[in-house]
Amino acid sequence: MTSVLAAAGPSVYWYVTRSTGAVALLLLTVAIALGVADVQRLSTPRWPRFVVDSLHRNVSLLAMAFLVAHILTSVLDSFAPISLIDAVIPFTGSYRPFWLGLGAISFDLLLAVTITSLLRQRMGFASWRAIHWLTYASWPIALLHGFGTGSDVKGGVWLMALSVGCLAVVVAAVLARVISGWPERAAWRAAALGGAGVFSLFLLLWLPSGPLGSEWARRSGTPPSLLPPSQSTHAHASTR
Amino acid sequence: MSHRVSVNPITCEAHGMCAEMLPERVTLDEWGYPIVDETPVSGAVLAHAMRAARACPTFALLVERERAPSRR
Repeated sequence: MTSVLAAAGPSVYWYVTRSTGAVALLLLTVAIALGVADVQRLSTPRWPRFVVDSLHRNVSLLAMAFLVAHILTSVLDSFAPISLIDAVIPFTGSYRPFWLGLGAISFDLLLAVTITSLLRQRMGFASWRAIHWLTYASWPIALLHGFGTGSDVKGGVWLMALSVGCLAVVVAAVLARVISGWPERAAWRAAALGGAGVFSLFLLLWLPSGPLGSEWARRSGTPPSLLPPSQSTHAHASTR
Repeated sequence: MSHRVSVNPITCEAHGMCAEMLPERVTLDEWGYPIVDETPVSGAVLAHAMRAARACPTFALLVERERAPSRR
């Protein structure tokens, strides 16, 4: 079965790793929006605070489950030489090391956030919150990982539409958080707003020449042996 | 063995989660801070109290075991 599939084209793992990555991005975005709604004390009679709070928790855990599936299937897919170590320790692999490494960093940060949240009762509030703020760093890193390793951004509209939609939601969430949070820390709020703006601007300037430009597969560090010889029509290679 | 619910007034930031999750013991004052009924909790209410304590964003809600059964 596997050999037939391998001979016929991309493996099942290849489809699963792409889809779980996209779903994980969506879930992380929803988790951030819910987290900000939670800390803003958003509630209505139909959506009491504990609903927002437990939804934030459950969506975040679901996102982690999808990330684990995303990582395992990318390791199992035999086309790209990705090991379990590459998925956890950044910049060590041979397949698009920088862009894969961003995914590893993002996952490591989220792992720290998840573990500290599960053990929240056993640690101080200030240190839990400091670690929880790493989420704001992990999200843009994960998005860059998606653009840098995912070939679907160029191949079709759907992943680009999803990414831009998620970016809009997260920027709105940061805006909402900054407008009402930390009244005594004007510099932090300005830095958070500036960071969101600079990141969006960077994407706007970088994407056309980067992942949407020509020869991104080669420039992003795909091993030469995996690149199509020239203008190949081989489906598996040309989609990567 | 009975348990008692209390609030650490220093860490409480009036999120109000406890009043949503433990209306059996917690009501809110006009500023959103909890007013706790310290009648001992047990059984199902104790389970709700534990959940409410876990949900408190600032760990300000406490569920403590009573040291000696007291008459109040």
